Amino acid sequence: MFPPRSQRILLAVLAASALLSAVSGRLNPYFLDVALGAGISVVLASSLNLINGFTGQFSLGHAGFMAVGAYASAMLTTTLAPRLGLSANLLQWVFFPLSLVAGGLLAALAGIAVGAPSLRLKGDYLAIVTLGFGEIIKVVLQNVDAVGASRGLTGIPNHTNFFWVFGSAAVTVYVVWALLNSTYGRGFLAVADDEVAAEAMGLNTTRYKITAFVVGAFFAGVAGGLYAHLKGYLNPGGFSFDKSIEIVVMVILGGMGRHSGVVVAALLLTVLTESLRQTGAFRMIVYSVLLIVLMLTRPQGLFVWPLWPKKEARP
Amino acid sequence: MAEEGGPPLSAPLLELSGVTIRFGGLTAVSAVDADVREGELAGLIGPNGAGKTTVFNMITGVYQPTEGAITFAGRPTAGLKPYRITELGIARTFQNIRLFPSLTVFDNVRVAFHLHLEHDSVHSLTRGPKFQAEEVELRERTRELLSIFRLERVQDEPAKSLSYGDQRRLEIIRALATRPKLLLLDEPAAGMNPTEKDELMKLIRFIRDRFGLAILLVEHDMKVVMGICERIHVLEYGRKIAEGTPAGIRGNPKVIAAYLGEEPVKES
Repeated sequence: MFPPRSQRILLAVLAASALLSAVSGRLNPYFLDVALGAGISVVLASSLNLINGFTGQFSLGHAGFMAVGAYASAMLTTTLAPRLGLSANLLQWVFFPLSLVAGGLLAALAGIAVGAPSLRLKGDYLAIVTLGFGEIIKVVLQNVDAVGASRGLTGIPNHTNFFWVFGSAAVTVYVVWALLNSTYGRGFLAVADDEVAAEAMGLNTTRYKITAFVVGAFFAGVAGGLYAHLKGYLNPGGFSFDKSIEIVVMVILGGMGRHSGVVVAALLLTVLTESLRQTGAFRMIVYSVLLIVLMLTRPQGLFVWPLWPKKEARP
Repeated sequence: MAEEGGPPLSAPLLELSGVTIRFGGLTAVSAVDADVREGELAGLIGPNGAGKTTVFNMITGVYQPTEGAITFAGRPTAGLKPYRITELGIARTFQNIRLFPSLTVFDNVRVAFHLHLEHDSVHSLTRGPKFQAEEVELRERTRELLSIFRLERVQDEPAKSLSYGDQRRLEIIRALATRPKLLLLDEPAAGMNPTEKDELMKLIRFIRDRFGLAILLVEHDMKVVMGICERIHVLEYGRKIAEGTPAGIRGNPKVIAAYLGEEPVKES
C-alpha cells in the first residue's frame, strides 16, 4: 500500500537533506556549523517537547541524556572503530549511524532508570529529580578517566554531516508527531491534561509517561552523538544545567506541545545564541529578558497557530 | 436487564462485603455491604461526609480498602490500579467534572476508546493499513456516540469551552466509550437547574436501556435519586443504615432521622 502522507513527507525531507548534504561542502564552513547546530537543537527540542510539552511532565535532565548518548557514541567511534579497520565510507555511513543508535539506546536506558522511580513525582519534584540526574551524569563524566575526565574527550572523528543531522531531525519530528496523532497517542495529551481522569478512562498513565521519557531520552542521546561528531571534542561542562534550560526555553518559546512552533524556536534560538556570541555573558541576560517578556505577552508560546487568534464570540 | 420495579433476577455484578477504610485514626467507611446487579439503576445516598465518594474511590481503585473485599463480575478487585479496573468494565464520572480540558470534544471521547485498541506506540509509527483501518473505524464510532447525545456539532471545540451541562454529558459519553458494564456517576445533577435535572434523569434511563449497563449513582438531589433509582443504599458516618426501594427508603425512620433530620422526606 502507498505510504500515508506523513511518511511521504518524511521521505521527501530525508531525500532533500541527502541532496543538500552532497552540496553542503561548498557552503561557508561557519554557516554550515551553525546550521548543523540548529538541526541538532531541533532534535533536542522536539524530543523534549514530547516529555514537557505533550505529556506534561517537567524534565530538566535533557542535557544529561544528551551527554550519555554523546559519550557512548564517541567511545564507540574512537575506541572500537579503529580496531575494525573499516573504510572511511563504511565508517561514516554504517558504523556512525549505528553508534548514534547505540548512544540513543543507552540514553533511553538511562531514561528508564531515571523515569521509572521518579515519574510518580509531579511538577517541581520531578524537575528536581531530573535536574539532579543531569548533574550526576556531568560529575561522573568529570571523574571517569576512561572518558577523559574533566579534560574532556578528544579526537572524535567528524562524521556528522548535513544528512545525518537533518535526517535525524526529520525522523525525530516524525516520530513525535506520529506517536501523538493516533488514538493511542491522544493518551499522552490526556495524561498531561488530567492524570486522574486519564487513569479512570483506562489509560496506563505510568506507561505513557515512561514511553515519553524513553523516546525523548533516546533522541536526546542521538542528538548527543551528532553533537560529539560535529565538534570533535566533548567536555562534561557542556552538558550542564544551562544546556537543559536552553532546550526547555526552546520548548516554551515554541509553545509547549506544538510541533512546528518548537522546530522554529529551536532553529531561531540557535541562530540567536550564535549571533549573541560576541556579547559573551550578556547572552544569558538577553535570554532571561526574552523569557520574561514572552511569559508576560505570549504565555501560550511564540509560534502557536494561528498567530493572532480572533477573539472568540461567546454564545 | 432488570425490569422496572420487578424483582431483580440477575446475580450481583458488583459486590462490596465488609468494606472498611481507615485514614490513620479515622474510619471513613466501616463494614459496608452493598451490591449492584446487572442492568440495575442503583443509588448511593447519605449526608455530607457519609463516605459516598470514598466508596466510589474504593470501587474504582483510587483507594484500597483496609478491610473487606470488592468483587466485580466475580473477580476480586483488590490491588488493581484504577486503569485495570476500568479495563474490567467499571467507568466513572467525577463530582467536579474532570474532562481533558485542552483536548477537543472529539478527542475526549476518542481517547477513551483506547482500551479496545489493537494498535499501540509502534503501530502509530509504522501507520500500516491495519492501523489506518482501525483509526477510521474508531473515528466513526466516536462520531456515532457523539451524535447519539447530539454533541457532534461541537466536536472540534476544546472541551473546556462547553457549557456546564454539556461538559457533564461529555463526561458521561467519555465514560461510555470505555464500554463499561457498570457506570458510576458521582453527583451528576450537581449544579443543574430543574429543567436540566429532568433531562439528566431521562438521559440516565436512556443510557441504561440503550447500552444495557448497570448504573450506580451518588446524588444529593432527592428528586433525581427517588425518580430513577430502583434500589437505594444509604450511608451515614461511613456505615450503611438502610437499603431498599425509593418508597421503602422514603418511609424508613432511620433514614429520616439520620439523613433528613426529623422531617419526612420531601421531593426536592
